[in-house]
Amino acid sequence: MNLAYAALWGLLATVAMTMVLRASQGFGWSRLSLPLLVGTFFTSQRDRAVVWGYLLYAIGGWLFAFVYFLLFDSVGIHTWWFGALAGLVHGVFLLVSVLPLLPFIHPRMASEYHGVTAERQLEPPGFMAVNYGYGTPLTTLAAQTVYGAVLGAFVQLAN
Amino acid sequence: MLDAARGGSCSLRPRDPFFTVERRYVERTAVLETDFTTDSGSVRLIDLMPIDDGGRSLRPMREVLRAIEGMAGTVEIELRLDVRPDYARRSLRPRRRGRLGWTCLWGDEVLVVHTDIALQREGDALVGTVTLGAGERRYLSLAYTKGDPAVLPPLGRHAEERIADTIAWWRDWTGRCQYTGPYRDEVVRSAVTLKLLTYTLSGAIVAAPTTSLPEAIGKGRNWDYRYCWLRDAGLTTEALLATGYREEALSFLGWMLHATRLSWPELQVMYDVFGRTRLDEKELTHLAGYAASRPVRIGNDAYRQRQLDIYGEVVTAACAALAGNGRLDRESARMLTGLGDVVCRQWYESDCSIWEVRGPLRHYTFSKVMCWATLDGLLKLHDDGALVLPTAKVELFGRERAAIEQAIEQRGFNAALGSYTSVLDGDKVDASLLLMGCIGYKDAGDPRMRSTYDLIHQRLGRNGLLNRYERFDGIAGVEGAFGICGFWAIDNLAKRGDLDAAERRFRHMLSFANDLGLYAEEIDIASGAALGNFPQAFTHVGLINAAVAIERART
Repeated sequence: MNLAYAALWGLLATVAMTMVLRASQGFGWSRLSLPLLVGTFFTSQRDRAVVWGYLLYAIGGWLFAFVYFLLFDSVGIHTWWFGALAGLVHGVFLLVSVLPLLPFIHPRMASEYHGVTAERQLEPPGFMAVNYGYGTPLTTLAAQTVYGAVLGAFVQLAN
Repeated sequence: MLDAARGGSCSLRPRDPFFTVERRYVERTAVLETDFTTDSGSVRLIDLMPIDDGGRSLRPMREVLRAIEGMAGTVEIELRLDVRPDYARRSLRPRRRGRLGWTCLWGDEVLVVHTDIALQREGDALVGTVTLGAGERRYLSLAYTKGDPAVLPPLGRHAEERIADTIAWWRDWTGRCQYTGPYRDEVVRSAVTLKLLTYTLSGAIVAAPTTSLPEAIGKGRNWDYRYCWLRDAGLTTEALLATGYREEALSFLGWMLHATRLSWPELQVMYDVFGRTRLDEKELTHLAGYAASRPVRIGNDAYRQRQLDIYGEVVTAACAALAGNGRLDRESARMLTGLGDVVCRQWYESDCSIWEVRGPLRHYTFSKVMCWATLDGLLKLHDDGALVLPTAKVELFGRERAAIEQAIEQRGFNAALGSYTSVLDGDKVDASLLLMGCIGYKDAGDPRMRSTYDLIHQRLGRNGLLNRYERFDGIAGVEGAFGICGFWAIDNLAKRGDLDAAERRFRHMLSFANDLGLYAEEIDIASGAALGNFPQAFTHVGLINAAVAIERART
């Protein structure tokens, strides 16, 4: 597999996933903004948080693509549908494990146990991130599935 | 307000129903203080919308903060919150969120209810009580977010900081008011009200923040005023500039020039704060209406109407805002010139007038006057070097301006009545004719203006107030006097040098403000009560311009 092409497709997959998430916000299906959540790890200034968040989120998604490539090679399946399946599982993991943990590790996120403080004011996502709208689980799964499918399609074409 | 049973509410007040209320704004701010006094003691409620710090911190997008403090004795307080979003078309059950308070979630919107008063659900409402002794404080924060994770503002000393920051911000803002004449407090209150009616993100100023507060109780005169009328543009810009709020005036002008690009060179009567042009009217039949005044309407079909005066309003606003400030940028110059071209093509056509009369189109005299003002303003901008017009265009605009003036003077003035008339070749008057003396078409002291003023007062005046017109407009119910028309009359008096009369009328008009110095669009002639949507930007614009006219006449 050509490394430069892999990097390019990692970027394309991240762009596709970001577009799905942003469209979900734009169409009013979800209030989840991963860039805002990522950006506010580093700054409390909303406008800067969004910019930094997008940048870091894009870099993270790009690098994570190589984990997917590793997965495809390890099981020997190089198809778009397997990529989509991996993305779906990734999405479920994000929704049921990672996002609910955020209040314990995010420096600016409030929690239902500790309440709101001067530093911690961001609304926590809750289980399956439904605090950000009942459509959030579906849109998050859709975004992750698209991400995996794009990467899977690339390795399918490349092989 | 629009339906006591089905509409939402947020009340924070003594549980004892027998109390007296006194309220005021914290001086030179938009922070409201309400004192409740009961047999057992008194409490003070403070209401505000904390000022956003422009994205420098994680404050909520929009927040209403209420703080209640015991002043004397002990008072049992009841908080009741009933959230009914989407005009009460959705049912909503608040969710308890542990120590984060309660959330009301619909679509991609969320209202977070955060308070240090213990709440419980009662049906779909949240209710709670607390007994406050002197010096004890409780807070209620309602934080609204759309499309993003919510930000939950802390209470206690952090809420106090937000209150202090907001008071300081308003005092700084009102401190920049350059009006130093009489009635300064009233002028400042009007300027604050205009600021509150401004959509910060675009600079647009809405006519009023409400819909369907009736202009005649129990009749059909209920309209949605949560839009920006170009009709108000010239006088609003003038009021902002006269009080020293140049930034706000330029922002408003910028919004106008931007919003109107969608329909340019034709202009639409009104736009929403985002510049959207489709504002279709709907009736909300499930709501009872204020004082059983049905229907409740959202949207406003007046946007489909044709009003020729609005071209003059936009150009007048541009002239006022840009006076002595160099040359217009190319795009703005092109846009304004295009408005002149439209006026040259259409000024002799009929329209719905400044009053948006629903019915057959007519040749309204004031619409012609504003067409004249369009061309006059553009030629003045050309003379000042702010706008470069080709020679042929200068000749065209000059020729059409003269033709319009001729039509107004020959057909818009009824020699038998000794007055300008509402429509060409007519025999009725309307109060918009007073503006001829305010906008510079005619000197307010001109014999024709004086006699027009007299006839308007004779036919439209009641109890020191003015109706807007004498014609039946095809809608049931008798409307009240128009607040702004009373202020236009004062403007005329001041401009023609009748200062005593102007001040006397001004004080009379002030007597119709509510306890906070606010006006609706109309005033009930018999009772003096406010009618129509509230508070009304146009009336406050009239107050400012009349006070400025008095001050200028004095000096």
